[in-house]
Amino acid sequence: MHLALLALGAFLASAVEMVEALTIVLAVGVTRGWRAVALGSSAAFVALAAVVGALGPALTQIPIDALRVAVGGLLLVFGLQWLRKAVLRASGLKALHDEAAIYARELAELGGATDDAPRGAMDWYGFTVAFKGVFLEGLEVAFIVVTFGSTQGHVGIAALAAVAALVVVAIAGAFLHRPLTRVPENTLKFGVGVMLTSFGMFWAAEGAGAHWPGGDTFILFLVLYTAGFSLGLVAWLRRQRPAAPATTQGQGQVIP
Amino acid sequence: MRAFFAFWYDFIVGDDWFVAVGIIAAIVVTWVLADAGVTAWPVILIAVPAVLLASVLRRPR
Repeated sequence: MHLALLALGAFLASAVEMVEALTIVLAVGVTRGWRAVALGSSAAFVALAAVVGALGPALTQIPIDALRVAVGGLLLVFGLQWLRKAVLRASGLKALHDEAAIYARELAELGGATDDAPRGAMDWYGFTVAFKGVFLEGLEVAFIVVTFGSTQGHVGIAALAAVAALVVVAIAGAFLHRPLTRVPENTLKFGVGVMLTSFGMFWAAEGAGAHWPGGDTFILFLVLYTAGFSLGLVAWLRRQRPAAPATTQGQGQVIP
Repeated sequence: MRAFFAFWYDFIVGDDWFVAVGIIAAIVVTWVLADAGVTAWPVILIAVPAVLLASVLRRPR
């Protein structure tokens, strides 16, 4: 009986972490393309395998809070950059398709983290965001397996439960990615900004030593909270906007 | 070398340096409060909308 509970606990805890990684991978993949996200996720799996293989049970010695602060802080900065642009576009204060000009300028300077990567070029922004999300969550799954498994003396069962969670979450992701591609581009970018910001808030504060009420479930509140204040800001900016709009196309589709 | 640093600056800091500085400040305040045993999670909740609002208002016109 206690083995079943161990497996169930490891499965659910791992699934929660994997769903968090999947959310980031789907959001970035749908908006920026799948190549960089697939490469970033694969690189994260390889790095994860190397870390887990090298450290084994010593894994719990990694300063996970420092990692959370670094990853959370970067996600938060990335997310707010996306959200800032999405808010300005949605409120009509920034043209929807000015990224081509920005990209051309930045490519001349070496290339940078613009919103959209050109065909054939490596999108390091998408790669990095996917890598960080998958690596951090994967590391947390490894922690769960080691701590759940070693305290009960059955690391193998906890590992099998985590693999089962990975299969279930991966199947869910395969079904979800196609419907997401039908969502208008700027709405998706708004959503990605909300997701990255929410996860960034969660990890950064947790890594800094804060304890969210309700643990991981507080992420749901953070998503609603971030979407709420962003949409409120859009509504306020629309009221402040001068009569002549900055863009002429697609504004109606930006915000659901 | 200059291009290398420009790439990383653009990659991490992006369009508005104020966002990165504001977030770092919020994380530091959270850490200090949490270390002192004070409830710290509201700091990020307040700081993030404030940073976004300030950054939007600071946009080039």
